[in-house]
Parts: sequence; structure tokens; C-alpha cells
Amino acid sequence: MVLSAHDKSNVKSVFGKIGGQAEEFGAETLERMFAAYPQTKTYFPHFDLGKGSAQVKGHGKKVAAALVEAANHIDDIAGALSKLSDLHAQKLRVDPVNFKLLGQCFLVVVASHHPALLTPDVHASLDKFLCAVGTVLTAKYR
Amino acid sequence: MVHWSAEEKQLIASVWGKVNVEECGAEALARLLIVYPWTQRFFDNFGNLSSPTAIIGNPKVRAHGKKVLTSFGDAIKNLDNIKGTYSKLSELHCDKLHVDPENFRLLGDILVIVLASHFGRDFTPACQFAWQKLVSVVAHALARKYH
Repeated sequence: MVLSAHDKSNVKSVFGKIGGQAEEFGAETLERMFAAYPQTKTYFPHFDLGKGSAQVKGHGKKVAAALVEAANHIDDIAGALSKLSDLHAQKLRVDPVNFKLLGQCFLVVVASHHPALLTPDVHASLDKFLCAVGTVLTAKYR
Repeated sequence: MVHWSAEEKQLIASVWGKVNVEECGAEALARLLIVYPWTQRFFDNFGNLSSPTAIIGNPKVRAHGKKVLTSFGDAIKNLDNIKGTYSKLSELHCDKLHVDPENFRLLGDILVIVLASHFGRDFTPACQFAWQKLVSVVAHALARKYH
């Protein structure tokens, strides 16, 4: 699966419009993921996952920052996320299925906050982008 | 049998009560065909699917989307027996339509996104949980009679 020039432009445009809300979106993505897919909580036994958790907010910021970084270096996502890819392979070892769940929740967040932004065409590009990020993060798993 | 809490039933019903089945159904199916273009393989006789604009405006897509989401309504009316409700449809999708059940999961996820875009903040995390559960149960029921 390859990101076309059109996909890249759509993704950059989404993140451009989201702007400063990215951190908040990251936190809400995690909140939704833990709510909709409780099995994802198994990766965070050390976290307070209650409503408004500072830890979830903090982690949401990190997740958002990584997505923004990938969008800003969309011609070389593997390069931009190389260290994160190592981290996930060696230390975190989050099962690959969970990246789809995170992606689904991120799309839900964007859809609920900016419905006009997530046209079907943009939805397709963003979904591809999120898949690409997941692929990069699991690329060194074995 | 799937267990639904009172809260889950309420969240499902309250969203469903406000859904325009024709619009949402059309939009969900169109997005499926746009976001996951390989799903177009089942719709060779639908005419022009050559671009997002063509897909969105395609009357066969709209009609079929409405049909599919109307069928969802049957599940919602029979939350305690979704398996039974979809038994014949499951056989149909296997024996006649030859649809890979993965497609039911893809459509379910897209439906959740469409609902989120329509309901905004009202589509709370708890709401999303109930609906992700529902689409998952529906997908499972539709796959159940496959052989």
C-alpha cells in the first residue's frame, strides 16, 4: 500500500487544520480506545486510566506528536519513526492488531470534531496513513 | 447469547432513533467502496464506481446502502437474538454472495465513523463502545453460517 501524492496532500491538510488540537485528540483517541476496546488496557497496568487521567493525557500527547511527526515527514515515515519502531519491537511489543484499533479511534475523534474535514476521500487517505504508521511501528517485530 | 447491559441498549437505541437510515446507509457503503476499494469487487453491476464522486452519487450504491442499514435495524430490534435474526442472511452471504466476512468488520468500523461524524460529541466513548460491540456482534452473526 502506497501513499499517493494526493494522499500525502490530504494528510498534511488534516494535520494542518487540526493544528494545536493534536494533543487533545491524542488523549481522546486513547480514552476512546480504552473504552471501546478494553483489552488495550492490558498494555497500561501501570497507568491510572480513570477519566481525566493526567497519565493518559500525557501519553496521548506523545502519540499525537508521533503522528504529527510522521505527517511532517510523510515521504519517509520509516525514517521519521525509526526510533519508535525500535522501541515497539524491542521493549513495548504491542500486538500489531492494536494499531488498527488506535487508528479506528483516531478516525472517530477526527470525524466527531471535524465532520466536514473527513470527506470520504480524506478518510481514505488518513486510513492509509494510519495503516502505514502501524506498519512502520511493527516492521522490526520479527 | 450476547449480553447487553441496560446502558448499552439505551445508547444503541438513542443513537438509532436519530439515524436517517437512507443517508447513513448510503454514506457508509460509499465510504466502504472508497476507503477500501477492493470491496468494489462485489459490485461489478453497479455501474460507475470510478471515483469518490461517482461512488457517492451512484444510485445503486445509495439504494444498497439503505438496504444494508435497514437490515441493521432488525438486529437492533432483536438484540437478544441477533444470531437467529441473521441466520438466513449469513447463508446467503456465504452460498450466493461469496462475501469474505472480513468485509462485515470493515463496514461496521466505517458505520461507527459515519455515526461519529453525524453525532459529534454526543457520540461519547461509551456510545462508541456499545456500537463497536454491536457491529462486531452483527459481523460475527453474519459469518456464523459460513462453511
